[in-house]
Amino acid sequence: MWKSTPGTETKPSTTPNTAPVMSTTPPPRPSIEPVRSKEFASEMAHIGKSVLIRGELSGSEDLYLDGEVEGNIALLEHNLIIGPNGRIRANVTAKDVVVHGKVEGNIQGHERVELKKSAVLNGDISTQRIVIEDGAFFKGAIDIRKEAKSEPKREMAAAAGYSGSSSSSGSAMSAQRSLVETKFEPKG
Amino acid sequence: MAPDLLKFFRGSAAQPQTAPSAGSKGGVRTQRSSSGLKEFSKSIGPESPKVVLDLGPTSPTNLMRLTGMGHKVYNEDLLMASLDTRYQVKGSDGRLELSPAEFFKDSLVFEEGALDAVLAWDLPDYLPEPLVKPMVDRLHRALKPGGVLLGFFHTREAGPEAPYHRYHITGGETLDVQVMERFKLARVFNNRHIENLFHDFKSVKFFLARDYFREVLVVR
Repeated sequence: MWKSTPGTETKPSTTPNTAPVMSTTPPPRPSIEPVRSKEFASEMAHIGKSVLIRGELSGSEDLYLDGEVEGNIALLEHNLIIGPNGRIRANVTAKDVVVHGKVEGNIQGHERVELKKSAVLNGDISTQRIVIEDGAFFKGAIDIRKEAKSEPKREMAAAAGYSGSSSSSGSAMSAQRSLVETKFEPKG
Repeated sequence: MAPDLLKFFRGSAAQPQTAPSAGSKGGVRTQRSSSGLKEFSKSIGPESPKVVLDLGPTSPTNLMRLTGMGHKVYNEDLLMASLDTRYQVKGSDGRLELSPAEFFKDSLVFEEGALDAVLAWDLPDYLPEPLVKPMVDRLHRALKPGGVLLGFFHTREAGPEAPYHRYHITGGETLDVQVMERFKLARVFNNRHIENLFHDFKSVKFFLARDYFREVLVVR
């Protein structure tokens, strides 16, 4: 008799409570949703495109950054997405880093760095895994730090790449011929 | 008429070996084999990590492939950088001109012997004249003794309309070649010019292709 039935549930009272009620779901942000990765779809802090930060930016939660930062960004074990309007002149340290905007500085992604097609990066990348979309601009160095667990796999993949290429050497060589080798005395 | 006729006689190396596909940056891709790349791949080898510099436009294919082999990879698109107006200064006639001194403050900044290998592609054929020799001098300094450089040089038959390319390494001796329309051929080196350009290096090895390219592997 007292059980609620569909369509007849009691609705939350609109009368003021003693403690404020906070929604666990963030307000919708339609303008940034298209560039968010699914894996970062959970709630994350957000810095909008009109925000300029100078100095040290650190935190212990995931961050979507679409503004401007000059200084350093350190999220350590959390993820960072730099939105298409993001303008970063800073060294960046985070677990996973996804770049849609512009970065001048070095990126250290403890696990993964991803450069989207709109990304412009002037700086070095140090990470375990990297993804680069065609169209991204990159000037700098990429240093892949080895994962202890995947070491044997990587070596096998590298060997496979070479063995696979050598299998077609016959046809490749037929199209070209070594002409001449000119040697000079080394000067330096 | 004549260019069409020449195209007809280009030979198999210039023919698409796979169905062309459009990339998001640039035109269609065609596959070509490369003896120079084969020698280059042998030189850097998979045995120990090397430091490789790619001087072409950012190619995810190259970066992923080389880092996948354990190499540390640098990428600098010198040709695109040469368009940057920050590197222009007023000349004696009051007109703006590219300053190599300003350009190389930001480009090819490496310590001596920092690199094991350089992918120069066909950059020397397109780079502004004042930058070519200083670039080679800097690469000579940055390469370790025994380090290698792979370059592609057009032959005169390629003609002034030879398109600029992006090169994507798809195998130990295969490349995807993608036409980029932004840049025009600036010059054509003959063999003697190429030897002079790399005069300070230990050796220059030429590979002739049937598609108006000479591939050159230079050893420091």
